Amino acid sequence: MIGQAILVLGGLGLGFGILLSFASRKFAVVVDPKEEKILEVLPGSNCGACGFPGCQGLAEALAKGKTEATSCVAGGAEVTKKVAKILGVEIEPKTELVAFVACRAGIKQAKKKFKYRGLNNCQADALLFTGDKSCVYGCLGLGSCAKVCPFDAISITAEGLAVIDPKKCKSCQKCVKACPRNLISMVPRAQEVIIICKNRDRGKKAKEVCSIACIACRICEKACPQQAISIVDNLAVIDYQKCNQCAICVEKCPQKAIGVRS
Amino acid sequence: MISNNMSIFLIFISAMMVNNILLIRFIGLCSFFGVSNRMETSIGMGMAVIFVMVIASIVSWLVYHHILVPFHLEFLRTATFILTIASLVQLEEMVIRKNSPNLYRAMGIYLPLITTNCAILAVAFLNIDYNLSFFKSIIYSLGVSLGYTLAIVMFAGIRERIELSPVPKSFKGYPIAFITASLMSLAFLGFKGLFGL
Repeated sequence: MIGQAILVLGGLGLGFGILLSFASRKFAVVVDPKEEKILEVLPGSNCGACGFPGCQGLAEALAKGKTEATSCVAGGAEVTKKVAKILGVEIEPKTELVAFVACRAGIKQAKKKFKYRGLNNCQADALLFTGDKSCVYGCLGLGSCAKVCPFDAISITAEGLAVIDPKKCKSCQKCVKACPRNLISMVPRAQEVIIICKNRDRGKKAKEVCSIACIACRICEKACPQQAISIVDNLAVIDYQKCNQCAICVEKCPQKAIGVRS
Repeated sequence: MISNNMSIFLIFISAMMVNNILLIRFIGLCSFFGVSNRMETSIGMGMAVIFVMVIASIVSWLVYHHILVPFHLEFLRTATFILTIASLVQLEEMVIRKNSPNLYRAMGIYLPLITTNCAILAVAFLNIDYNLSFFKSIIYSLGVSLGYTLAIVMFAGIRERIELSPVPKSFKGYPIAFITASLMSLAFLGFKGLFGL
């Protein structure tokens, strides 16, 4: 009995062992050494901003030459340089973008219409009577963007405003999609002068809902020596190609709706 | 009790709903709480369990009836099944990795996790205990694994919703998850007596 038991169990173990060792030979997957090296230099946060399924997917595509070395958005110039070195290609520098929340109106500047006590996310708040903020374009401050940020770059201030740390932002654009108000946009990293408002109401109405809203007074448009600012839909827009960041508009804006990124 | 004389439909319903492996039998709870944070991961785990459970019960049934029974070594089944299932999952992983990289990426981390999932071993045992025929044991394991997927996906949905709710601080995280699971289990008790099962 004992002999049989040992034989059967041992035989099974041996059988499976042999089967597995053959299988590992037969089904071996040849991994490109480049792919492993690239995977090491990628950030590894699997944010998906490159459009591939995670860092592993991008590394595979890069190693096979299916995509360009600049594909990793989150890694920025540094990772691109390393990837290009592994692949042995030359790259042209690309303008780096960071996400920016275009609202600085806290409780003092834009009043609350009512006390919101529903689900703790901005989408739900925005659905309830267009949200609790008086300005229907403003930041609701419940942190839906902060929750999706894989790099912990977004924080909510005491005044109920989302603020993105440009040092931590890797421009994966997840927050851009998460914001129900479309307040977050990608701005060149070097750009310091930014319109900090998305209010498209006419002057008087904009002033009623928020004390620092853009009222489309066109002072900045006229003051800009580069003619980089234009008013579109009652809202000032800066053409980043033309802007030389002289910051004259920041001084001239009567509403302080144009600011310098902190 | 399930037996071999029951129709395929009854075995399937009994395995999936009436005797749901997670909510009525309380087997495989570690993964039930571990990977039910997000809907995506729970669906991935559910699919991997369906895949592994069906194949594991096929192989363990064959091993039991064609190797252990002829040698009168039924008492060795625990050790044998663990060995069989562990090697089987290894083999599956290799085959999937070679033949379908996309599926491998989707199941990736769940496959090795399942090797030690008690639900898989439990189904291999139950197939033997209920004296199920080869075909019916496949139906039974399919039912159990679909029941597992159903329960974990529903649980993940509820947990995702709870994340957004103002839960008292002392109940945050696992405590509220345990309460949820017990309420779900109570709800599943309602299936008792369905079709006389």
